[in-house]
Amino acid sequence: MPVTCSSTEITTAEQRRSRGVSVAIRNVSIAFGERTVLENFDIEISAGEFVAIVGRSGCGKSTLLRSVVGLETPQAGSIIVGTLGEHHGKPDVRIMFQDSRLLPWRRILPNVMLGLEAALIPQARKVLVQVGLAERANDWPATLSGGQRQRVALARALVHDPNLLLLDEPLGSLDALTRIEMQQLIEDVWQRRGFTALLVTHDVAEAISLADRVILIEGGRVALDEVVNIPRPRTRGSARFAALEERILGRVLQRRPVVEEPVIENQW
Amino acid sequence: MDKPDSAMKTQLRPRALAQQMLPWVVPISLLIIWQWSSSAGILPSRFLPSPHAVFRSFFELSASGELWAHVRVSALRALSGFVVGGGLGLLLGLFTGSLHWAETLLDTTIQMVRNIPPLALIPLVILWFGIDESAKLFLVALGVFFPVYINTFHGIRSVDRGLLEMGRTYGLSGWPLYREIILPGALPSILVGVRFSLGLMWVILIVAETISARSGIGYMTMNAREFMQTDVMVVGILLYAILGKVADLLAKGLERYWLRWNPAYQTAR
Repeated sequence: MPVTCSSTEITTAEQRRSRGVSVAIRNVSIAFGERTVLENFDIEISAGEFVAIVGRSGCGKSTLLRSVVGLETPQAGSIIVGTLGEHHGKPDVRIMFQDSRLLPWRRILPNVMLGLEAALIPQARKVLVQVGLAERANDWPATLSGGQRQRVALARALVHDPNLLLLDEPLGSLDALTRIEMQQLIEDVWQRRGFTALLVTHDVAEAISLADRVILIEGGRVALDEVVNIPRPRTRGSARFAALEERILGRVLQRRPVVEEPVIENQW
Repeated sequence: MDKPDSAMKTQLRPRALAQQMLPWVVPISLLIIWQWSSSAGILPSRFLPSPHAVFRSFFELSASGELWAHVRVSALRALSGFVVGGGLGLLLGLFTGSLHWAETLLDTTIQMVRNIPPLALIPLVILWFGIDESAKLFLVALGVFFPVYINTFHGIRSVDRGLLEMGRTYGLSGWPLYREIILPGALPSILVGVRFSLGLMWVILIVAETISARSGIGYMTMNAREFMQTDVMVVGILLYAILGKVADLLAKGLERYWLRWNPAYQTAR
């Protein structure tokens, strides 16, 4: 389970650990009424690691993310963000949803400033520059495109300088080109800031291009835990990339009964 | 579309002008027909005065100051009733909308009382308050209360769950959550209630003033009936129309300012 980094990545990984926190999800069980979503679920994520969770719709991957940030309460098990000595004070955990969830009645800058004191305005402006939306600071969210709104949502999370960033299919509703652009932005920001990232996605290629480790959830358990040993920046065309994608996709599709809904999630 | 600029201008300008004039064609024609039939003697002045006579009596009444005294009294009644009833409706709506136990406790009662038309209470109200100011205040406040209450309640309940969830993950709770997310989210609905109750406010005030009052526009109109001053009666009726329109314009202005973030209100005229 622990990650093995290739030698070229060690230095950056060391730096990342300075800000990132580890996440220990132990024996977590979550059920909605009769339906069990996660059962005795167990993963360890080390500080600064980028982990992607893939799985079919309804496999519990979003529920897992939501319980890390406290929006769901597991019936059993524990979720520990950060260990003693690793970080001072309460680790900052932020989540990005599939929809941007910007406040439509606040302009872009106040949206990024949500929950912050006015003294941090320069900070917020800097983050807006980082996501390439500095000149839209005084616009209403309604005037932005879907991709731009997600970038604002990313900025809103980043301005808190999170130790752990949870990404709940944040690119799911974007077009293919904007998606790739956003993936690059997220990777770039992660490499520069070194937080721990936990990404839930439908898209196996997206998982492989971003993550250090890809985890497949099936039937409420970890079905596959695959370290991605491809040096960054990763190119989708490369043979190793394609082989890994093929292997994970094959595993996802393996148990699929013939009569179920058609596969549309992972055709890239 | 591919016509040269100058041709576009000469073609579009008159059309735009016609578009602006169009809504006024019917009222202006009616006014002309009205004036004509009065002057021609088809319309007897004891049935309906001519527009000219209405204007004349309007100027006479306003010159003597009588008109403004009545308008001031009526506007004050309307406004104070609106502030009291609307304020209570807003507070109670926020209360029952935000707290489930408050809804369980109060909503059934409020829904029951809502079904009583405020005007049906006039006999009782006269008995309680006489024909005092408090009677009118009570009736207007009661009528205005329900639209504001219901729309506030509904507005709070229909605030986007996703935004609430997001706000909580950003550490908002209590008053900051209210200020940043719940109130702005409920505002469009609250303003619908305000506009609706502004219309109702005048309706109730007209009836209350017509039945029992010693001043106000309704009193002036009823008094004019005693002396067959049809022109004064029409002035009173038109005043209600103008005051109602002014109130609606104010509410619309508030909507356009407070909801300027909403594309649906940005182009609304």
